[in-house]
This record gives sequence, structure tokens and C-alpha cells, in this order.
Amino acid sequence: MSRRQVHLAAHFPGVNNTTVWADPRSGSQIDFASFTHLARTAERGKFDFFFLAEGLRLRELKGRIHDLDVVGRPESLTVLSALAAVTHRLGLAGTVNTTFNEPYELARRLSTLDHLSGGRAAWNVVTTSDAFTGENFRRGGFLDRADRYERAAEFVRLSRELWDSWQPDAVLGDQAAGHFLNEDAIGTVGHRGAHFTVEGRFTLPRSPQGHPIIIQAGDSAEGREFAAATADVIFTGHGSLEDGKRFYADVKSRLARYGREPHQLKIMPGVTFALGDTEEEAAENAADIRRRQVGPQTAIAFLEQVWGRDLSACDPDGPLPEIEPDLTAGVSQGRVAIKDRAAVAAKWRALAAEKGLTIRELVIEVTGRQTFVGTPRTVARLIDEHVQAGAADGFILVPHLTPGGLDEFVDRVVPLLQERGVFRTDYTGTTLREHLELA
Amino acid sequence: MSSPLHLAVALDGAGWHPAAWREPSAAPRALFSARYWAGLVTEAERGLLDFVTIEDALGLQSTLPDAPDERTDQVRGRFDAVLLAARLAPLTHRIGLVPTATTTHTEPFHVAIGIAALDHISGGRAGWRPQVSARGFEARHFGRRDVPPLDQVLNRPGGADLSADPHVRDLFAEAGDAVRVARLLWDSWEDDAEIRDVPTGRFVDRDKLHHIDFTGRFFSVKGPSITPRSPQGQPVVAALAHARLPYEFAAAHADVVFVTPHSADQARAIVAEVRELSADVRIFADLVVFLGDDAAGRKARLDELDGAELASDAAVFTGHVRELAGLLLEWQRAGIQGFRLRPGAVPYDLWQITSGLTAELRGRQAFRSRYEAGTLRGLLGLPRPASRYAEAR
Ligand SMILES: Cc1cc2nc3c(=O)[nH]c(=O)nc-3n(C[C@H](O)[C@H](O)[C@H](O)COP(=O)(O)O)c2cc1C
Repeated sequence: MSRRQVHLAAHFPGVNNTTVWADPRSGSQIDFASFTHLARTAERGKFDFFFLAEGLRLRELKGRIHDLDVVGRPESLTVLSALAAVTHRLGLAGTVNTTFNEPYELARRLSTLDHLSGGRAAWNVVTTSDAFTGENFRRGGFLDRADRYERAAEFVRLSRELWDSWQPDAVLGDQAAGHFLNEDAIGTVGHRGAHFTVEGRFTLPRSPQGHPIIIQAGDSAEGREFAAATADVIFTGHGSLEDGKRFYADVKSRLARYGREPHQLKIMPGVTFALGDTEEEAAENAADIRRRQVGPQTAIAFLEQVWGRDLSACDPDGPLPEIEPDLTAGVSQGRVAIKDRAAVAAKWRALAAEKGLTIRELVIEVTGRQTFVGTPRTVARLIDEHVQAGAADGFILVPHLTPGGLDEFVDRVVPLLQERGVFRTDYTGTTLREHLELA
Repeated sequence: MSSPLHLAVALDGAGWHPAAWREPSAAPRALFSARYWAGLVTEAERGLLDFVTIEDALGLQSTLPDAPDERTDQVRGRFDAVLLAARLAPLTHRIGLVPTATTTHTEPFHVAIGIAALDHISGGRAGWRPQVSARGFEARHFGRRDVPPLDQVLNRPGGADLSADPHVRDLFAEAGDAVRVARLLWDSWEDDAEIRDVPTGRFVDRDKLHHIDFTGRFFSVKGPSITPRSPQGQPVVAALAHARLPYEFAAAHADVVFVTPHSADQARAIVAEVRELSADVRIFADLVVFLGDDAAGRKARLDELDGAELASDAAVFTGHVRELAGLLLEWQRAGIQGFRLRPGAVPYDLWQITSGLTAELRGRQAFRSRYEAGTLRGLLGLPRPASRYAEAR
């Protein structure tokens, strides 16, 4: 019986405290050479795609720009277009917000990327609407929660109309007859919806994938429904075995309503990994990485987001503060908001008391995401198990070093996945749609 | 020795003649491939040109002033020029890359970080040609504003120079704000904002990151940029201008202005008008060129195929590269500092420029024999500015 195949993607960590920037091996976050290195490593490992996140305003804490995390990134689609020149098969996925863009322009940019990469473009559709980010845009931050997925859905629908508006054989280039275009091959688009009124003609022929791959990231019921209706891939945080299975079952069960089959939507949690020659060494590495990701100042800053107060006087290696959270004040801007801070604070108090954790230890514990820790053999087995168990279709790997953080995984884990017969030994197609078995 | 000339080429489709795609050496079916553009830009770099520009618009090319035409006998369709420039950047090493990006329907924040990203990717070779869109049919691709039909605007008192038209003035005012915002965002990270200070745990020095707090008539932008300051600090801004209002725009906001004189005398008059507005802006003249022994014959054949004589805002030159070199040097004496040549048909007229014209100019000590700088600003003799915020401290 053939085993389910694993899909893998590489995340280039943008703004984050994932990257251990103090490590001497940590290079530039912005030089194109860094992007090239990570992308080429992913392609050497036969990954499905390379992934860039997006954040359109620098985060602030207590009214000042947050200065502890890696920060600063180039415009996603511009970098991906350049990466198309230095890679050949790797999918190129960019996160682009639907609230602060217009369909005609963005559909055109995505189609351009698909043409220039020979069919490797993907769009991670995100919908953040906060007014804080909106201050950088004409549109401002005017959309509330329900409306932003409505706008996103209309945005994607309209983009697909634009992508479909040229027939595949529109460009003839018939020099003798003088037909550059096939008559009747370019349709017009006339769209009148709640969010957009667009009428006219698109400026590009149909791209190699027809429709660039659509990725969705966002966890609410609205987000899941949008993904079930629209997306090819979901980028999620649900990476543990039990949680992953629940999420996987939930999302896949929503597909039938839209006339879609379970295999038409790939679920790919973002995960980190820590390797070692022995299990002990890997565990030590993992613990060391976590401590360096959550430095003393980062631990306090994180607590301040929940407490809504200045806690700079607290000792990060001491206990949680006695003082109660100030629920009236939000101190953090530009992050996904923490819902119900009172409940979170209560839960943390209980956890810290039960395990006797300091502030920093607590933050390390509660901010950890699914991490595969072990020898390369263990990590390959765990990844395979998650996929065979129906907890994921694959993973988006978030390395803790830029740009070299994927080298060891590609050199040591990928061959073991291939040995297990669950990961390609070479690309069999040229487009991302083919890599994802969606063609 | 005459002072060296700057030379750029303007890339668009199969060339600037609407029938250029029908030349035997054209590759009309390859226009929508990366390989086609890579061939052109590497050829331009082989010729040691200062930069290439890439045309763009948020609507299809058309022979009508303000509507798409139904023609299928001319090239229609274009890539997003910023992404195309980025795709070409890793394939080249010295040549400047100047994509067009519209200011009318775009978000200034996105455009600014796109150009900054291009500057990072190319190691300091990025430029931007901001362009307004007055076209109603392009506005209908966005559905967000009503614009008067362009033919109505053209028929208002004042004639074809639209400088007095209130709608057009607004578009240029908005474009001015867009460039101003981009420049503020490019400065909003000082060069040494990234500090990686391990003892304090700080990756950046927040005192070197700046809200730009721009508030204008058309939009406001808080900042700072999400992109660190790029290799050139300020990528090169270049604007095409035919009349008073765009001259003012270029003088106030651009590093380079492309003008369209039709004679040396006109060139002298335009230079005088622009120089009254700015002493610093680099003045390039645009010329459509058909080169080689049979240049006039080729152009006539293309006109015939297209059913009309080529019409252009810029002067059309047909002739041998020797004659063109003479004309360029004559216009240089009128105050023109560089030229943006629009090849009538590529690749042929591009080869004529990169091999023939550059050799001819070099023979007259008027063109470089190797790239003398690693950035576009460097090639144009523009210094790398310090961030205005660093200067202010
Ligand atoms: C795994 C994951 C990754 C995300 N990455 C981004 C991102 O890069 N940029 C962004 O603006 N939002 C990002 N988001 C935010 C979501 O797209 C979405 O706007 C947010 O989660 C709120 O939507 P929801 O209420 O459906 O969760 C991400 C969300 C998840 C779960």
C-alpha cells in the first residue's frame, strides 16, 4: 500500500523572535544572498515551496517600536520574483493582505510572478484589518472582522475572474497574418460586488498555473470556511498530533459543502525543529534555542502584552508579578491580539505555581510551538507519523537560523524521509500545483 | 575631450514601433517569458549602458486616448514592471533597473517598499519611474474614483498641454505626495539602525527608526517602513515630462527627468525651462531610434505594416549610429546630459546601440569603457545621501 506523501515548505523567518540573531552563524535578514541561500537549500531538499510572511507595520509595545525581535523585511513578491531567477522548481509563496490591496493590481502582480517563475507562484491570503496597520494605507483600517473575510472572498473570486479572462491560446504572435492576439481571446471583466466594482480588461495572458496557488492562514470559523471554499493550502499553527488531527478533521469536513475532495486542500502547520546526534543532545539543543529565543527582556515584554502594564521592574528570573493585569489598557500593537487576557493571566499563574516556573521559564513554556526534537531518524519518523495519522499533509519548517538553518535538515532528515518512501527524491513536475498534487 | 554621456534604453514589448513584433528578428511569442527580458537586459549591460527602464500601466496598451481598442495586430499586455525588474536583477551586476510604477491607483507604502526591495536585491541599482494615470478606463479597473474622460480634458481650454487642468493637477499633486512618502520611508530607518546588541537584547536601536507622520490631501502614512534602508539610501527617481506641470513635478521630486525635444534648439529651450526649476536634476532626452544601413527602409516597412506612420511624443531618429552620435553630442552641447533611447525594434536596434553607438561614442571619448561604479547613483554621479533623520539629530 502506498504511503501518503509528505509536503514540505521552508519559511524564511521575517519579523520574529524565532531567529536566534545573537548566534554568530546568524546572517543578514535582508541581503538577497540570505534569501538565495535558504531558497536554494529548500530546492536542494526538493521542497514544495518557499514561504514569506508579511507584516505591514513595525510592532509597538508601550507606544514605542518593539526593538527586541528580528525586524525588517523587503516586499515579499519583489523578493520572490528575484528568487525565481536563482531557483528552478521551488514554489514561491508570498503573504499578501487583502484589506490593503486592490484586486486588479494584486492579481496582476501574482500573475506576473507566475509567468516569471514558470508556474511556481502562491499567495497566502491574509486579512488583518487593524487600524494600527491601516495607518500606513489610503484605506485605513476600516473593516471589521466579518467584513474582512467577505472582502477576501470577493477579492480572490475577482482575481480568478481576471486570471481566467484571457484564453490560454490568446497570444498568437502570427507575424505573417499580423495577428498578435487571437481575436475574441481576451474577455472583459465586469464585476459589481459589495467591496469592488471592476470593469475592463486584464493586462496579462493566462499564467502557467492558470490560478496561482491560494494559501490561507487564519484560524477563526470564518477563516476555516474561507479556506474550505477557496484555498489550496492552509498554513496553520495546529502542529501537535492530537490538536492537528482535530483541526484536520474539522477543515476537511467542510470541503464537501463546496463540492471539493479532501485531497484538494493541503494542511501544513508551521513547525520548528531541533536536531542532535543523540536524543539527549537534541533535547539540549532545543532547550538552548528556546532560552536564546526568549531572552530576559523578551520574557518581560511578552508578559507586558498580557498584563497591559509596564513590568520592566520585574526580575525575569523571578516569579510572576503580584499585581493584577490591567484589562483596560492594551500595550501591544501590530500583533495578533491575545483574546481574553484575564483568562490567560489566570491560566499562567496556575501553571507557574504548579511547576514552580520563573517568568522567563513560563514564557518559554507557553510560547513554544510544535517542535520536532530528536535525531534525524526520530524527526523523520515523527513527521511521517503525523502525516500518516491524518494530523497534517506536511509541514512548513521554520528554522531558527537565517540563512543556514535548513542545511542540516536537508542534509540529514530529507534523505531519511526519502528512504521511508514518503518524500520525493526528485521533482516530477515543474509547477507548484504539480508538486502539491493539485494539478 | 567632451564630458561623458549617459545612455539608457527604454524597454517595452518588441520595441517602440507598434509593428516591431513583426520584424523577422522579433520573438513575439516570447514576450511573456523571463528569458526574453533577460536577453535584452544582459545585452544592455554588455553595452555598459547606465540603466534600462521598463514601461508599465494599469491597463492595456491602446491607440485611443481613453479606452481600450480592439486591435489584435499590435502587442497588448505587460508584466508588472517592478517584479520584472526584480526577476532581472540577479542576472545582471552593474546596470541600473528603472521600472515604471503608477502613483494614481497604488498604495504609496507598497510601491516604496517594492522599490526598496529592488534596491536590496540588486545591490543598489534600483530606480523608479512614477507615472500618473489620467485614464478613465484604468480608473474603472479600481472602481474607486470618478475621472473625467481624457478626451474631455484634452478639449478644455489650454489645449494638449494639460498643465492647467484641475484634474491633472490633482494627479500630479498626488504623485508628488507619493514620491515624498517613498523618500521619507526610505529614510525612516537610519543606515545603522540594526545593532544586534546582545547585552540589552536589542536587535534594533529604536531611536534610529522614525515614524514619518505624513499627512496630505490624498492619503496619510504613519511609517516607519518595514524595510531597512537600502544600499543607495535613496533609489533613483526618474520622471518623463513634456510640459510645465510635469517639469515642476520632476524638478521637485525626481533625480532624472526624461524630456522630448525635437531639435537642438528645442532641447536648449527645455533645458533652460527645467534649469530654472532645478539646478540638480539630470536631464535626459528621449529619442525613438531606428538604426543601421537600412534604418529608413525598415521604419517605412513597419509603418506600412501598421497602416500608419509612427507617431510618438519623442523625436524619431532614423539613420546610422555615426549620425546619431553626432546628434547626441550636439544636443549635449545644448545642455542634455544623457539619453534614453527607445529602440524602434528589438533586438536589432538594441544591438545597434550596445555595439555600434557605444563604440562610436567611445571613439569620440564620450562614453565609458567600463562601469566605474557599483550603484546606479554612482553611475549617474549622484552622491549617496544620508538619511534626513540622521542629519537632523
Ligand atoms: C500560521 C499563521 C500564520 C499567519 N501569518 C500571517 C502573516 O504573515 N501576516 C499577517 O498579516 N497575518 C498572518 N496571520 C494572521 C491571519 O491571516 C489572520 O489575519 C488572523 O489570524 C486573524 O484571522 P482569524 O480571526 O481567522 O484567525 C497568520 C495566521 C496564522 C494562523
